[in-house]
Amino acid sequence: MARRPKLPTPPVPSSLRPAPPRPGEGNGKVRPVDHAAEAGTAVVDWVDERTSLSGAGRWLMFRKVPKGTNWFYTLGSATLFAFLSQAVTGVFLAMYYKPDPSGGAYESIRHVTNEVFLGQFVRGMHKWGSSVMVILVFLHMGRTFFFGAYKYPRELNWVIGVVLLILTMVMSFTGYLLPFDQRAYWATIVGVNINGTGPLIGPYLSDFLRAGPEFGATTLSRFYAIHMLLVPGAIVALIGAHLYLVTKLGTTAPPWQKVQVDEELRKAQA
Amino acid sequence: MNKREKEQYLREYAISKSRGKPFFPYAVTKDAVMACVVMAVIISASLLFGAELGSKANPTTTTYVPRPEWYFFFLFELLRVIKPPSLVGLATIGVPTLGMILLFLLPFYDRSPERRPERRPIATLTGIFVIGAMAYLTYQGANAGTPTALSLAPPAPVKAAGGETLANFEAGRLAVAQSGCLSCHKIGDNGNNGPGPELTHIASRIPRQAIARTLVNPTAPMPSFRRLPPKKFNNIVEFLSALK
Repeated sequence: MARRPKLPTPPVPSSLRPAPPRPGEGNGKVRPVDHAAEAGTAVVDWVDERTSLSGAGRWLMFRKVPKGTNWFYTLGSATLFAFLSQAVTGVFLAMYYKPDPSGGAYESIRHVTNEVFLGQFVRGMHKWGSSVMVILVFLHMGRTFFFGAYKYPRELNWVIGVVLLILTMVMSFTGYLLPFDQRAYWATIVGVNINGTGPLIGPYLSDFLRAGPEFGATTLSRFYAIHMLLVPGAIVALIGAHLYLVTKLGTTAPPWQKVQVDEELRKAQA
Repeated sequence: MNKREKEQYLREYAISKSRGKPFFPYAVTKDAVMACVVMAVIISASLLFGAELGSKANPTTTTYVPRPEWYFFFLFELLRVIKPPSLVGLATIGVPTLGMILLFLLPFYDRSPERRPERRPIATLTGIFVIGAMAYLTYQGANAGTPTALSLAPPAPVKAAGGETLANFEAGRLAVAQSGCLSCHKIGDNGNNGPGPELTHIASRIPRQAIARTLVNPTAPMPSFRRLPPKKFNNIVEFLSALK
């Protein structure tokens, strides 16, 4: 049986503390209570024995972060958190939403907003969460830009980040249509028209978005599929790659951080 | 960055990393505090502003405001800055695409090893300029109203004709005001100057048939008005072709 780590003793009077076992008590047998106390460790051990994931966990969590990293370095994880919030509220909205342009879509959003318990609150969180996420993406990018953190060896992570920025904007564009009110409908028509003015692929892109030359019955379900399946899947995959590279390459030190090479080390090398 | 500079960076980074603190719990604590702030902001925005739902989408009515989410304003405002019709493609796709390509390739053309912002003045000033321009355009976009009222005295010939001509003109004036034309066009002292051309003297430039054709089959990004009820459509054509 593995040794249990010692927990700090709570500051209670000695009369209230459990008495230590007397010599001979239990005769060295393992009581069920000991097993229960070990359950967490045992489960982790069991999983680790079969997956060897604890190494990866240590690699992720106990890597060192250079001195001087400040609050600017939390913008990336804050963006990730905003994305998770969007995912959770989005799942709840999807439980009620019907991608039906002939009235069902608008009706389902009206139902969520006016009748479902906390519906308007969750919809508001999803709506304003998108603004928060876009702001955080731009702040995170600004930090990376001004600190020169996109330079060698982190070029690829910058490129992945730009793709994530574009995908975030695509999420916003496709999500805007889904409530299917006047504002959503006409703004999307103008937005798709703008895409159509692009050279070469422009007309094909707008035809693809509209599912044809005209805004029709399948346009809404196309936007719905892009917003709910295609882009979120891509975002999750790319966030995984982004985090892998951050962990592998390490968080940058602030650019004005001076590196003092150990004097003794320098002498030893000379 | 040449090989020596790369190796120097890696060496210095290895030293500063080895002197750092473990990610858990030091960085994680800050991240958790920040996550709480983000959650608090989202929740209070939801409680304060809620989520409104406009009236149901209807291709045949025209009382709409084609406004995107606020963080797309700067892209839309670009259309007001770059006005000539021959350059519309530049404003809608050209400049944003160019910006995206420049953003993608940033680490490949900025290859200097310097990281301190004050020692890379070109990059820092460009960054500040781009942020300033985006903020300015967003501000402009937020302030661009979408007027739904159009005050315009009937031109002399219409006034002289009176009767049905005058009534048609007035009906057209109302239809244009309701149809969101003014969010992109200027008519007299009303509406926004751009992205669309000014319509104050449109009839002296193009004939009536061409006006009707443009409404059905417009230049992007203007939406088509072919689904309007015929009466309203005719009123708009009538009104616009009286603007000489």
